[in-house]
Amino acid sequence: MESLTTILQLFDSTIRLSVPLLLACLAGLYSERAGIFDIGLEGKMLAGAFAAGAAATWFGSAYIGLFAAVLISVALGLVHGFASITHRGNQIVSGVAINFIAAGTTVILGQAWFSQGGRTPSLPNDARFNPINLPGAQALRDVPVIGPIYYELISGHSILVYLAFAMVPFTWWVLYRTRFGLRLRAVGENPAAVDTAGVSVPWLRYRAVICCGVLCGVAGAYLATAQGAGFVKDMTAGKGYIALAALIFAKWRPVQAMFACLLFGFLDAVAIRMQGHPLPLIGEVPVQFMQALPYILTVVLLAGFIGKAIPPKAGGVAYVKER
Amino acid sequence: MSQPFAKLPAWADYGLLPLINLIVAFFVAGLVVLLVGESPVDAAILMVKGAFGSGDGVGYTLYYATNFIFTGLCVAVAFHCGLFNIGGEGQAYIGGLGVALVGLGLGSALPWWLAFPLAIVASALVGALWALIPAWLQAKRGSHVVITTIMFNFIAASIMVYLLVGPLKPLGSQAPETRVFGEGGQLPGLGWLLNLVGLNMRSAPLNISFLLALLAAFLVWVLIWRTKLGYEIRTMGFSPKAARYAGISELRIIIITMMISGALAGMMALNPIMGAQHRVQLDFVAGAGFVGIAVALMGRSHPAGIVLAAILFGMLYQGGAEIAFDMPNISRDMIVIIQGLVILFAGALEHMFRPSLQRIFQRIGRGKRGTAPAVVAGGGQ
Repeated sequence: MESLTTILQLFDSTIRLSVPLLLACLAGLYSERAGIFDIGLEGKMLAGAFAAGAAATWFGSAYIGLFAAVLISVALGLVHGFASITHRGNQIVSGVAINFIAAGTTVILGQAWFSQGGRTPSLPNDARFNPINLPGAQALRDVPVIGPIYYELISGHSILVYLAFAMVPFTWWVLYRTRFGLRLRAVGENPAAVDTAGVSVPWLRYRAVICCGVLCGVAGAYLATAQGAGFVKDMTAGKGYIALAALIFAKWRPVQAMFACLLFGFLDAVAIRMQGHPLPLIGEVPVQFMQALPYILTVVLLAGFIGKAIPPKAGGVAYVKER
Repeated sequence: MSQPFAKLPAWADYGLLPLINLIVAFFVAGLVVLLVGESPVDAAILMVKGAFGSGDGVGYTLYYATNFIFTGLCVAVAFHCGLFNIGGEGQAYIGGLGVALVGLGLGSALPWWLAFPLAIVASALVGALWALIPAWLQAKRGSHVVITTIMFNFIAASIMVYLLVGPLKPLGSQAPETRVFGEGGQLPGLGWLLNLVGLNMRSAPLNISFLLALLAAFLVWVLIWRTKLGYEIRTMGFSPKAARYAGISELRIIIITMMISGALAGMMALNPIMGAQHRVQLDFVAGAGFVGIAVALMGRSHPAGIVLAAILFGMLYQGGAEIAFDMPNISRDMIVIIQGLVILFAGALEHMFRPSLQRIFQRIGRGKRGTAPAVVAGGGQ
């Protein structure tokens, strides 16, 4: 029984840790499927987290925080679009720029506005997204096996967690069952064909970048107002890059993206739990190794040892109409 | 956009356009300073004063510039081959291992002028090897070098943290760093150089790796524009198809270029480790690898431009630290914003002002041509 609780706690923190990855990963999926590489997931998420923390502090509402996060993140996404779609600039350079602008601005503005060393004040519970107890969770709690699973694992998360996981089938549906999704995938593979069909390539790509911004903003808001209680300097700590790695791992497909994010979240949860606990046979695994594992796995995947990850064909290439 | 524009004169292409991009970047940074409630003009004056107003200010400015010359060259060499090496940060970090090897192992046994060349080779080698795997994956497997170098940055950071909190830490010490190197692992300062122009460097850590950086810049210029290999690298960057058609081995060029790039990043570790702290500390690279991207873009991947851009960023780093005393709301993170804006305007949006500039030049050009034939016609009658 005790081991079941331990395992459930491990899975529970897996879910909590993989939500920001999942949101950012799906964000990147919209963008990259449309042919716009996005290294700037990290920056958009960070700026979103800051906006959510600041707005929630001022207005005392997590929903206003969420709205601010989405707004800022979309604005940064549009900068990325302006540079890489309108001006056909290098998408990677633009993404890198956004990461730096976000990293610097959040600290400078945070320090100037709140004077707490770049963090936003601690949020009270009513300005955060609080855990929701699903109906019947308390009642079923004592039922063996199913009860704890339902109570610990499925119930008791904030609304953003459920939103993130709901986004997976939704994204699948948008991508594979709607006209917009078909065009989105087409513009990432062969923009000339989309153009020939009379659909505007830039407008389609801009919409993809906006979708990406919205989801990154939600991911940021989750970090600052659901998982944490306020913004902390460099709060994303490379999650945007792990999301990117997960996206490659999932070969740019939504359902697989969820599993990749859960895997990386699980590794993170195990790393936290294993600190100071030696494993049988192997001995103590350095926590740094566990932290590096998502990156190592991605490199191994990229090396082609676990199947081959083929990015959207027109990814990273600006579309020039005349040619 | 279909109408062909007149080609810009070289001075406008290499001087005016980057300058406009830079001014716009600093203008936006000024807006952020305003938003924080300080005066951008005062901030700029404080910054320049802090960076060049005193001997130690200059010393620090050039010390930081040394880092950025190395990382800027690292990014630029890869750019010439059409590769984007974001891994400078990790290559420099892991390059610190090479320096540590020489500093810890031979620092007490050899004089610095023997240890220094060994440390150069060791750091360059480690940096180059760290770039080799992404290069090989790019050349052989077609996996994007940007993604793999990002991943390698994190892997390098994990390895270094592991080593510095574990095996490399002296027993009984709490701080995550190696022990201090022996005499031979400490590079001489460049105080005499500043004395020549009447400045006293005091405690600023400027050291002879600055001269090494200048030498590296010169050698990169020779390599890119004066050797066969450099020609092949530029051909590959300009048109991989043409390079393949000309019988240039893609695999060979990509791997060699990335290894040179990684070696340059690795050598950056010499400056803070052997030159200033005389030990390997946690996160000694401190983002210099990423500044290299801004430096390379601003210097348009030319070594001369990179040295200038590196000094500008050195000024921002040193001046930024000085500003923080007088304007507590502006910390060194301001530099990160400026760096991002420079990358945005000089990199991703570099073509934003080109069409309008070309239009202006075209109009001037047409004005001249418009009058000239009339005179000739008049003379003919």
